[in-house]
Amino acid sequence: MSEISDRFEICRRHERRAAFIPFLMAGDPDLETTGVLLEALVAGGADLIEVGMPFSDPIADGPVIQRAASRALARGVTLSAVLDLIARKRASLGVPMVLFSYFNPIHARGLARFAEQAAGSGVDGVLCVDLPPEEGAVELGPLLARHGVDLVQLLAPTSGDDRVRRVARQASGFVYYVSVTGTTGERQRLSAQVLKDVRRLRKRLPVPLAVGFGISTPEQVAEVASVADGVVVGSALVRFLEERAGQRRLAAALEERVRELSSPLWETRR
Amino acid sequence: MASARPDARGYFGPYGGRFVPETLMAPLAELAAAYDQARRSRRFRGRLSELLTTYAGRPTPLYFAARLSEELGGARIFLKREDLLHTGAHKINNALGQALLAKEMGKGRVIAETGAGQHGVATATAAALLGLSCTVYMGAEDMRRQRLNVERMRLLGAQVEAVDSGSRTLKDAINEALRDWVTRVRTTHYILGSVLGPDPYPRMVRDFHRVIGEEARRQLKRATRRDGPDLAIACVGGGSNSIGLFTAFLDQERTRLVGVEAGGRSLRLGDHAARFLGGAPGVLHGTRSWVLQDPDGQIATTHSVSAGLDYPSIGPEHALLHDLGRVEYTAVSDAEAVDAFHRLAETEGILPALESAHALAEAIRHAPKLPRSFVVLVCLSGRGDKDLESVAAFDVERRARSRRGVLGPLPHGYGGDQLEAE
Repeated sequence: MSEISDRFEICRRHERRAAFIPFLMAGDPDLETTGVLLEALVAGGADLIEVGMPFSDPIADGPVIQRAASRALARGVTLSAVLDLIARKRASLGVPMVLFSYFNPIHARGLARFAEQAAGSGVDGVLCVDLPPEEGAVELGPLLARHGVDLVQLLAPTSGDDRVRRVARQASGFVYYVSVTGTTGERQRLSAQVLKDVRRLRKRLPVPLAVGFGISTPEQVAEVASVADGVVVGSALVRFLEERAGQRRLAAALEERVRELSSPLWETRR
Repeated sequence: MASARPDARGYFGPYGGRFVPETLMAPLAELAAAYDQARRSRRFRGRLSELLTTYAGRPTPLYFAARLSEELGGARIFLKREDLLHTGAHKINNALGQALLAKEMGKGRVIAETGAGQHGVATATAAALLGLSCTVYMGAEDMRRQRLNVERMRLLGAQVEAVDSGSRTLKDAINEALRDWVTRVRTTHYILGSVLGPDPYPRMVRDFHRVIGEEARRQLKRATRRDGPDLAIACVGGGSNSIGLFTAFLDQERTRLVGVEAGGRSLRLGDHAARFLGGAPGVLHGTRSWVLQDPDGQIATTHSVSAGLDYPSIGPEHALLHDLGRVEYTAVSDAEAVDAFHRLAETEGILPALESAHALAEAIRHAPKLPRSFVVLVCLSGRGDKDLESVAAFDVERRARSRRGVLGPLPHGYGGDQLEAE
């Protein structure tokens, strides 16, 4: 069992609730601040954390995360620096960390070398948005598995039965369900179809199912938490930070916001 | 066999594949199935062939550039006149093919990216012809340098969306088109304009352009009684006109194939788009190929005087042909391309697109050193009307620099102007 599985298990079995999984872009506004903000996420109620590795051409991201990636890259953030940050923080934070990246920075590092370095830095899982299971199964998945790191698979509303079966076979850690056909970013409302799909999918997967893309309010968190094992909030937090750039007490404000977003999980206990 | 590539997973050797978000995986499988059905369907091929003949203007002439050849004093240069096609470039071959396919698939909306504007115009044209709604993504920088094409697309009823991120060129337009596609994939077909992107695009776009080389081979046989030229040259941005030309000659061992990349203003990263000179294997826009990138895997910005070659990656089949040594890849600088543009205008009365001028510049390098019995085939992929402002601006700047003594007369052969950016 990986730390990721353990964590979901604790939430599900002992606390009878879904896990809260916030996302931050590493290096936005700078790596030192990201380190402080990670602590705020945990204090506010994060069960797992997704750490974004900035990429120059983020085709799956909406404007909010695109801007965050540009800011981080303008600061000169590199894969090594992001892995260093995780290495420094992983033990003291005490929650599993998932590196959220596009494939090319990993490819440029060399897959074997990356797998070793990610494991060495305490990364628990890797989520690669442009690496579908067909490609991931060939090299990166097995390499990460050898080091005990999960390669998190994704499913989308367009994924048919054959793809669900494939992902179920390869699943490791958890499966990330992209709840909207589109890029990352907040949505006014979630469609009723999402909840139906998640209910149906969850039964067919051997690992927990987390839902992300478009979730930004405590009400939406509560809705998704009623059917899923985990709720991911990304753009809403990245925007929250963007709007408060340069302000004092940023970490305290973030902690408070995360608490607001994660508290419904305790109220929708199953 | 060249036509047997790629394998079932969409790989050309170690290149290609499908590196896209999960949302697009099922639609790509659906597209591949629709394309496989279409290319075997007599009805589909008949309809496309009819449009290519009666609407686009195929076959395009093969033209012996007698004055240019004579002036260079060596090999005979033949031009495959894709510039004479409707909309002014080879791009219409693929745009019509994919727009027909979109109809077959029941998609009422098409989107496209465009660099020089030629693919955007071709797609807007095909969409108007077939009654599809059309949105074209174009980098803001490219919109500035290709204003006329923006106007053309709008007149054809397409919506042109300015892309203001990154280098505001072709790469960023593809990012935005992919984001649109991810969002509206159920109703929309993405008409990707080159042999790039995830499978099945590289093979599908190649197949729609094979007609270039197949026609040229027949025409050349008639003109010279030879099966294949000694040397075939084409420019390579994503690589669609070049693959279209080369595919017909891959089995002709004695035909030397040369792909010409944009050497830009210097060979420093960021100043050019010569993937095989400054790049390394990487993954961009859904495919594994050679990519201009920094050591950390961030995609590099590129520069070329020609918007259509200004792109940091290259079609995966080219990457394989490069590694196999079957096609040689070389780079031509901005200055050499503009020189070739003027030369063809003055000797033959043809204004080539700046993209095609890169291929021409390579031919101008070779021809004087080759005997008259040698046949050089150049793909003149597009016409140059769209580039008049770019050429004029380049010339003005060059004259100003040379007056300031920054730059002496430009020697032919790449390398002479590498100091320009210092």
